[in-house]
Amino acid sequence: MQLAHDTSAKMHIVQIGQLKKAFGSNQVLKGIDLNVQAGEVIAIIGKSGSGKSTLLRCINGLEAFDSGTLIVDQLPLLHDDAAAMRALRQRVGMIFQSFNLFPHLTVGRNIMLAPTLVKKESAQQAADRARKLLARVGLSDKFDAHPDQLSGGQQQRVAIARALAMEPSVLLCDEITSALDPELVGEVLRVVESLAQEGMTLMMVTHEMSFARRVSNRVVFMHEGRVHEIGPPAELFGNPQTAELKQFLSSIHD
Amino acid sequence: MVEFSLWDIVRNLVIAAQWTVLLSTIAFIGGGVVGGLLLVFRMSGSILANRLVAGYVQLFQGTPLLMQLFLTYFGLALLGVELSSWVSASLALTLYTSAFLVEIWRGCVNAIPKGQWEAAQSLALNFSEQVRYIIFPQALRIAIPPTVGFLVQVVKGTALASLIGFVELTKAGTMITNATFKPFLVYGCVAVIYFILCYPISLYAKSLEGKINATRA
Repeated sequence: MQLAHDTSAKMHIVQIGQLKKAFGSNQVLKGIDLNVQAGEVIAIIGKSGSGKSTLLRCINGLEAFDSGTLIVDQLPLLHDDAAAMRALRQRVGMIFQSFNLFPHLTVGRNIMLAPTLVKKESAQQAADRARKLLARVGLSDKFDAHPDQLSGGQQQRVAIARALAMEPSVLLCDEITSALDPELVGEVLRVVESLAQEGMTLMMVTHEMSFARRVSNRVVFMHEGRVHEIGPPAELFGNPQTAELKQFLSSIHD
Repeated sequence: MVEFSLWDIVRNLVIAAQWTVLLSTIAFIGGGVVGGLLLVFRMSGSILANRLVAGYVQLFQGTPLLMQLFLTYFGLALLGVELSSWVSASLALTLYTSAFLVEIWRGCVNAIPKGQWEAAQSLALNFSEQVRYIIFPQALRIAIPPTVGFLVQVVKGTALASLIGFVELTKAGTMITNATFKPFLVYGCVAVIYFILCYPISLYAKSLEGKINATRA
């Protein structure tokens, strides 16, 4: 009985229950329920201001939520407990719209920093892993480069490698191609797609609808702080149930 | 009456200027240490710490340095704490310097984009690691020019220590004037020595600024 319970819980990498968050009087999240299974790829779509980025940022504690529960890989998010946050954040990787590489460190050091500090890996171990990850994102020759010597697409791929170096259970992608020139979007999306194929659990806020449709297992449409519609991409894009989603989809096809 | 040659005047002023340099150094190092501690205290995120440091800064930036010197020298004496002019001047200048440096440095820390903090947090770094490995190295680069520039203010500020009887460059100038009755010549020399002390510092601050802008471009 206990065992059965454990396996079912393990299947859910992220469990979100009745999550609420307000900025002042503005209720941004009005009770979000969402469970994400291991290996699942979730695309979160919706208008700006619908709360999708805030939801993502709650999952690794960049935003503190007001009420509800959030569990990642069996670890409840306890915002005031520094040790619990440190443990939880090791399971959650995040990639940002503006890359946020550390400009004073080389590409290699960007990737090695957290594993050496947080996981106490030796410099040699961390460097080996950094080189492997750079090869995986197609940037083997950039280990000693500085971030400002790279294109936006290359910087974002380094950011992905940096997040992967912590071996997270789930990777959060917050509009990771929105700051890129159109010709650089493809190289980043290809890396993300390969991660999805390798079974990485992904939650991504995105405006790339064709990408979401191709790669994701489920699409979450957020509207005014709620999960308005959720389902497989073929259903959601092919047969939207609500007027809000229909309107949203038609507005982005213009 | 003893005759002072120009050489006598300059020689005595240069000897006294060593005390100006020493007092500036003490104020700067002491102010740097206190300012650094205040900065960390302020960044700790506690609202109380933030208010306390803000009040401290307002107090020392909002009152004349001369009053701060008088209060540490005469005021503390009234409370039974007798400090030599030397200790009083060091103390007052240290506090004064720290209040300005903590503001300068806070501005530099604030200039680091929020995304740097967020990236560091999302990689599970704790607060002290975020500050030490991500924020300070970047803030330090932009902090050096204004910090060195402020050193000039400290050097000139030490002149006020003459008013509580500390014999440094300005006080020596006054004493020599009283003996020679040549105020224009003596104070002219005093001014030139201050300029010789401060100008290289200003130039250095400028060149540092240029270097940073060049690497940014």
